[in-house]
Amino acid sequence: MDINVENITKTYGRQKAVDRISFHVKTGEVLGFLGPNGAGKTTTMKMITNFLLPEEGNIYIGGKSMLEDADELKKHIGYLPENNPLYMEMPIMDYLQFSAEILGIPKDKIPERIHEMVRVCGLNAEKHKKIGELSKGYRQRVGLAQAMIHDPEILILDEPTSGLDPNQIVEIRKLIRELGKEKTVILSTHILQEVEATCDRILIINKGKIVADGTAETLSRQVQGQELLHVKIEDGDPNEIFKALQELPTVSLVDFTDRQKNKFEVQSKPEMNSNRDIFNLCKSRGWVLTEMIPVETKLEDIFRELTMN
Amino acid sequence: MKTTWIIAKRELNSYFDSLTAYIVLILFLGFSGLFTWILGNDIFMVGQASLRSFFGVAYWTLFIFIPALTMRLIAEENRSGTIELLLTKPVTDRQLVGGKFLAALLLVIIALAFTLPYVITVASIGNLDQGAVFCGYLGLILLSAVYISIGLYASSVTSNQIVAFLIAIFIGLFFQIIFDMLARTFNGVTGQVFNFLSVSTHFESMSRGVIDTKDLIYFLSLMILALKMAEDSLAKRNA
Ligand SMILES: Nc1ncnc2c1ncn2[C@@H]1O[C@H](COP(=O)(O)OP(=O)(O)OP(=O)(O)O)[C@@H](O)[C@H]1O
Ligand SMILES: [Mg+2]
Repeated sequence: MDINVENITKTYGRQKAVDRISFHVKTGEVLGFLGPNGAGKTTTMKMITNFLLPEEGNIYIGGKSMLEDADELKKHIGYLPENNPLYMEMPIMDYLQFSAEILGIPKDKIPERIHEMVRVCGLNAEKHKKIGELSKGYRQRVGLAQAMIHDPEILILDEPTSGLDPNQIVEIRKLIRELGKEKTVILSTHILQEVEATCDRILIINKGKIVADGTAETLSRQVQGQELLHVKIEDGDPNEIFKALQELPTVSLVDFTDRQKNKFEVQSKPEMNSNRDIFNLCKSRGWVLTEMIPVETKLEDIFRELTMN
Repeated sequence: MKTTWIIAKRELNSYFDSLTAYIVLILFLGFSGLFTWILGNDIFMVGQASLRSFFGVAYWTLFIFIPALTMRLIAEENRSGTIELLLTKPVTDRQLVGGKFLAALLLVIIALAFTLPYVITVASIGNLDQGAVFCGYLGLILLSAVYISIGLYASSVTSNQIVAFLIAIFIGLFFQIIFDMLARTFNGVTGQVFNFLSVSTHFESMSRGVIDTKDLIYFLSLMILALKMAEDSLAKRNA
């Protein structure tokens, strides 16, 4: 089932938390929401899961309107809300049983599904405790278990790996990748490596609006524009090399990254490549080019570029 | 209906797991027993088999106890955020309110069932009017249904249990006492209106053994109104 979000808006008081956002997520796609605190990621997810109704616009899941078929559509969604609210006084197993029943899993399938979730989420060691007695990370695992127990076609995960230990983070990311092959997944996170590790596509939200939508590569091309190289040139005077680089016709800007070690950062002019010029320059002057690394714009930089100011 | 029942079942379990249920049962039985037999010893004095004084005592005990039972039901979900998890499952606002209502009502019915030994004791003293007993119990159940609904509404407007309790008592006071007092102060149509609004008018006629459609309509419409208001206040998250 795909998700089609059309022009949804949500206002709190006078503030537009989400401002006419539209996007589409295909089946078999993992979409990552990025954005600074207060950008509107959680609010968007609350509307997709039908906890909040959009004031304007609509959400279509598998082509069906959320405004009309919410009760039917909700069966196909697994949701892990931000802050992972749970019934603290309930034992884990009772809680999973309750979640399974309310999601309409057939009675005879329930034990099997609970067993599967305990295994997948690594709950076995703690499964006889009450939720309130668990550590934060284990609670997060219970939250994930209830989101996936009915094997939903759509998963909406608000900061799924928050509070997990590094081993479990790796496990859960692998699981999300795995699930993402057949299902439709939206997750939000502040960990940029997480997006790179798990998502097919990135949506950057800022102040309630989408500021970027694409794969990591398309986004970096969009932001970058100019080629950037890290070079190390030995057997020459750094200042002399600096001047010579600066004078190359394809180079727009040169900077030292490490003067002692003869390291430079070279930015090419728009739409130009300067690597051949640099190589030829070294050859003609008898300098030795020991490093030349093209610098890709990192997601961090894209993020900062699009969401600062 | 199935969803409503799953929610009710969870709430009932949580009443018993948290010991709330036992405390309420013991206090309720203790109070009604104490006031009916020891302090208000008219059963033996009058020498006539009747449960009038028991119904009178239960009428007041339920008024106080029900808000304590309902205060947590929605307010705690609001406070902890679990309301979001519940309402994003295939559960409608109405099923949620219905399930919680059912849980509280079942607990009250269980408490009332434990008072049946009173009935047997009294019946052994003399000739008990079984019709009146049945009507009295029905009246208590209807009265409870109304106060549970009011309690649920109170619980839905806040995320603080104590506030929910106080709001429920405050609204309840009007139906329990204030309308009755006003009915005595005013005469004519105003007095009659207040008299109709007062719970005691309807409860008393039932505990005397009379079932009038007017009374049934009164209880049921108050109940539906309050449940609807609770449902609407859940939907207010969208405002
Ligand atoms: N219940 C609420 N009442 C009033 N304002 C709210 C409410 N919930 C969210 N907001 C506001 O809406 C905006 C978007 O919040 P949201 O929680 O969607 O951000 P977010 O992108 O999830 O942020 P974070 O990264 O911190 O989780 C924020 O400015 C927030 O203050
Ligand atoms: Mg958030």
